[in-house]
Amino acid sequence: MLDGVSRVYNMGGQSLRALDRFSFEFRRGEYWSIMGSSGSGKSTLLNILGCIDRPTEGRYLVRGEDTGRLDDDALSELRSRHLGFIFQSYNLIAQLDVLENITVPLLYQDDPPKDGWERAKHLAERVGLGSRLHHRPRELSGGQQQRVAIARALINDPAMILADEATGNLDSKTAEEILALFDELHGEGKTIVIVTHEPDVGERAQHLLRLKDGCIEEVRHQR
Amino acid sequence: MDSGLLRVVRLGVRSLLLHRLRSALTTLGVLFGTSSVIAMLAIGEGASEEAQEQIRLLGSQNVILRSVKPPDDPNQGNQRMRVVVYGLTNDDLLRIQETFPAVKEIVPLKEVSQEVRYLDRVLTPRVIAAPPDYQRTTGRMLLSGRFLSESDERQIASVAVVGYEVARHLFPLEDPLGKNVRVGGDYFTVVGVLAPRVRQSSDRGRPGADTTSEVFVPFETARKRFGDLSVRMRAGSQDIEQIELHEIILAVDSPENVEFVASASREMLGRFHEQQDYEVVVPLELLAQAAETKRIFNIVLGSIAGISLLVGGIGIMNVMLATVTERTREIGIRRALGAKRRHIVTQFLVETVVLSVGGGAMGVVLGLFIPMVVERYADMRTVVTPLAPTLAFSISALTGVVFGLYPAWRAARMDPVEALRHE
Ligand SMILES: Nc1ncnc2c1ncn2[C@@H]1O[C@H](COP(=O)(O)OP(=O)(O)OP(=O)(O)O)[C@@H](O)[C@H]1O
Ligand SMILES: [Mg+2]
Repeated sequence: MLDGVSRVYNMGGQSLRALDRFSFEFRRGEYWSIMGSSGSGKSTLLNILGCIDRPTEGRYLVRGEDTGRLDDDALSELRSRHLGFIFQSYNLIAQLDVLENITVPLLYQDDPPKDGWERAKHLAERVGLGSRLHHRPRELSGGQQQRVAIARALINDPAMILADEATGNLDSKTAEEILALFDELHGEGKTIVIVTHEPDVGERAQHLLRLKDGCIEEVRHQR
Repeated sequence: MDSGLLRVVRLGVRSLLLHRLRSALTTLGVLFGTSSVIAMLAIGEGASEEAQEQIRLLGSQNVILRSVKPPDDPNQGNQRMRVVVYGLTNDDLLRIQETFPAVKEIVPLKEVSQEVRYLDRVLTPRVIAAPPDYQRTTGRMLLSGRFLSESDERQIASVAVVGYEVARHLFPLEDPLGKNVRVGGDYFTVVGVLAPRVRQSSDRGRPGADTTSEVFVPFETARKRFGDLSVRMRAGSQDIEQIELHEIILAVDSPENVEFVASASREMLGRFHEQQDYEVVVPLELLAQAAETKRIFNIVLGSIAGISLLVGGIGIMNVMLATVTERTREIGIRRALGAKRRHIVTQFLVETVVLSVGGGAMGVVLGLFIPMVVERYADMRTVVTPLAPTLAFSISALTGVVFGLYPAWRAARMDPVEALRHE
């Protein structure tokens, strides 16, 4: 739940409100897509939801807990335990192979699960990379890399999955596969928030949130 | 799932291997720092040990009075031939014998300038007239036979004890004992062979270093055969030197009295000698000097070692700062995926420590190898104490930690969002 959240960027004396007194609530198990023109604050919002960034003003509550009160370590633990973040540009680690990339979030949990490798293998198979376990990112196609990134976002069995233009760079067939995967995850009861430019992608979600200049322009419940 | 240190180290090594050349060059700085510390310590220790050993050979409880040629008197400069009279005298010996109660033994030595022959082999060793006490006072060891005795002295016997080198050159195949060698115009029977004076291995390959090229004859016998004055033609000059006694060794009864005997003899000689034609050598003082020299050497060495490791450390820091900048995005990813600041610090610190420990370990190997080469080819003694590699290695590892901290801290302090935006 976001309560009057603003995110102000200061650059050279000028301040820019990427998010302006934004109040909203994403409920557990909901599937949201966020749309809006470029620079409307979508990524900024997603970063705050993912606890990578902090609001300049206002409060962001996760399960009733104010994240502003948590220190850096606690926020990190929250990220590694409960959140799955899929970046626009894959963001895999070059020197690690597929399996290792998938397990990265587990490395940083305070007490990591014992069955990390099995889980990673299972997830790699689920996203269709069972035969590429020991390839490096540069040996994979864009779609394959994106699927590694998705598997990585799922390794910690997160409550909320955040995706920033996860299908932006993919052909329609691969994009469709990934969207199907999101539907499946939604079916499993996970909260999903995806940012997208493509209307047909946005329409697949349960709810649609349209942003303009850091404010809510439209909320649509589609299904 | 193993999230232990081993995995972090393995990952660190793998990141370093992505830039093999860069990592190798960085390691070189530490490698040379570490190895030079070990090598210099080994050479310094060797030199100091050799110096101390040589001083100890003089006898640490002894005070040695020696004749030395005084500085030339310019007034006599253009005489074609002259007789230079200088050095310790029999009167000095008598005075010392009368006045120094703390002196256990007084051993006068006199050098005779004579050729020594056996068959067709000729040598010009130091021929030294010595009383029987000499062996005990200096603690010299015999290889075979016996040293000169009281009865040789009483009977004015024509016997000689030869040094190791002399024995080797005059009697390469035979047993020297019982053979007659000619010293000057007289024949002397060899009754003993002295053991080599210095550790043999450092004489290896150096034929000129015959510190044992000596022949000892009884004091009284020498006095009878070669006269009371020692006359020596000096090569290169036309001077004739006339010296009564070359050396007087005073064996002091206890170490505490050495200093007193030294200053008393300096004073006494100063009173009776018009010119500075003697020197007083005090091995105990030399030992103190050697210790001081070593201390200074260690300070110099410490500074050099410190500087070279500092340079190595700066090299590491430089590379790690570049690496951190280069891998900003990776840091952002890891942070976004839940890495805490300490995880990032550990990751980069492990990498620097791997670099410096790797360099340190190779430096230890090289550092142990250099002294062997030096010993082999420069013919210097080297001593590697266990402390040296341990110290050098720990310092190099510490260098990695110290110079890795700042880059690691920089990496950990990055804002995840900013880091992710980095290209
Ligand atoms: N680190 C930053 N420093 C300064 N301004 C920033 C920063 N990040 C974002 N902004 C500004 O904030 C505004 C919102 O940016 P944001 O990235 O959220 O847009 P977006 O909706 O994700 O756009 P796009 O669809 O192009 O990705 C933009 O005007 C952008 O210039
Ligand atoms: Mg964006």
